[in-house]
Amino acid sequence: MTDAALTTDNLAVTYTGNRNVEALKGVSIEFPANQLTAIIGPSGCGKSTLLKSLNRLHEIQSNVEISGDVLLGEQSVYDTDEPVPELRRRIGYVPQTPTALPVSIYENVAYGLKIHGDYDSRAELDEQVEHYLRKVNLWSEVEDRLDAPGAELSTGQIQRLCLARSLAVEPEVLLCDEVTSALDPVSAETVEETLESLKDEYTIIMVTHSMDQAKRLADEVVFLYLGDCIETNDTRSFFENPQHERTAEFVSGHTVVGDDDDDESEPTATATTVEAGR
Amino acid sequence: MDRYAKGRLFGLLARGAAALVVAVMVLVVAVTIYRGGRVFLTDPVIAFTPPGSRYMLEGDGGFLHAVLGSLFIVVPATVVSAVLAVSTAIYLQSDYSSERFSDLVNMFLNVLWGTPPIVYGVFVLTIIIAIGARTSLFFGIIAIAIFQYPIMTRYTDEALRSAPETVKEATYGLGGTRFEAALMTFRAALPGIIAGIIMGFARGIGDAATVLFTTGRSTNMPGGLFEGATTLPVLIFDQAMSFNAEVRSHAYAASFVLIVAVLALIIVSKLLAGRYARYAPGGRHS
Repeated sequence: MTDAALTTDNLAVTYTGNRNVEALKGVSIEFPANQLTAIIGPSGCGKSTLLKSLNRLHEIQSNVEISGDVLLGEQSVYDTDEPVPELRRRIGYVPQTPTALPVSIYENVAYGLKIHGDYDSRAELDEQVEHYLRKVNLWSEVEDRLDAPGAELSTGQIQRLCLARSLAVEPEVLLCDEVTSALDPVSAETVEETLESLKDEYTIIMVTHSMDQAKRLADEVVFLYLGDCIETNDTRSFFENPQHERTAEFVSGHTVVGDDDDDESEPTATATTVEAGR
Repeated sequence: MDRYAKGRLFGLLARGAAALVVAVMVLVVAVTIYRGGRVFLTDPVIAFTPPGSRYMLEGDGGFLHAVLGSLFIVVPATVVSAVLAVSTAIYLQSDYSSERFSDLVNMFLNVLWGTPPIVYGVFVLTIIIAIGARTSLFFGIIAIAIFQYPIMTRYTDEALRSAPETVKEATYGLGGTRFEAALMTFRAALPGIIAGIIMGFARGIGDAATVLFTTGRSTNMPGGLFEGATTLPVLIFDQAMSFNAEVRSHAYAASFVLIVAVLALIIVSKLLAGRYARYAPGGRHS
């Protein structure tokens, strides 16, 4: 295992709404640098919670209590004097729903650079926008309509635009929350290819519902179950030689926590549609 | 009755209700445009001519004083009110304000929205008397601004509320501050906000009760911020009460000017909103 880019130290998250829900029960995980780590587990087991707490995105909503810490390299994420926006810039986040900012395609990519003042001239900005759009294989599709609204692209294109936008601020770690779940299979494949091409350069942490996707893309897999981290391992060992009974059950698609009325004809769908905590 | 017959009956009722509303609206607009248009188009100068010294009695001159009075009162009022309303709504919807506080403020805004405008008129009149001032253009602006504020705030608040949460999340995810995230949400909500501001303008320009006590129902050209003035709706009321048939016919011409202005405003707001809606998440697909 290479050096850890991001480490969680007994990280616990509790939602304190009408009733207390312990979404994460103190997990300690190391996310290796320049690799793609997939977080898998049944719905409602704390995957998105873990992802959002890595860059303190949870703090924008109230009713959340967080304990423990996250380390970015050697630096604490929670106990620091660095302004939170600067931290979030270093740990980028791509939301689940493909969302274009309400500006042009060009401005979507340029926005991060603009708020951080990362350019000296218009020419440099143009260059950067082109660079990142090429990086996500979107440039050839949009080069002649950079001024068109970002929202007019197809959902698959928007998701790649989101990736380009997030990469443009040069994060050290990129958090992706089920970035292909809202896409059709063809667009999903394009986005996967893009992630594949990025994972040598960036530390990517991805939440996914699809075990096939984790198998295809991930170097490391983290298995969360009801707020606990059951197992972390490299992808091959994780799927071929699971260390825990729960993992073995989940991998083979037998983890059915509650009754599910959904159509269970597809074998992979069983594992992805189970709901935890009922 | 079987399910399909029930469905057809409901469809029929719904269509009937819609037809009734549209018919009444068309009738109002058509009668105003027909009767007012006839007066206005045969003698359009009356809208651009200052009133004569005995206008209300003999109908000499025109009603430019009310056209200008309306503009001088409603335009500044809309600007003031829009700035306040947008700031309030952004504050309520941003992460600066707690949800509980937002709900409380929204409740007050709903009460304000439901308050009859005449109450605002009387309220401002009370202030005028208390500070020993005279009715004037200035107090008309204040009264209209108070009247428009809850309307615009509620529209803006709704627009911001329906802007997707992910826009905010994405901005934070790029290292944006709370202010930058609020600004991005504002841009996403722009079509709804523009519609709200123009709606407030249209309501303001059409309201008589708020300015009835506060501007002095002047029959002269507006002379200054602290001089008396009048607006089109108040003028229409005064004209319609006149003994002079010609002055009464002017009421239709003034109504025509007013209704055309309001329709034009609504069309402009649709066009503007459509232009910005292309940028809103979901784009033209929605």
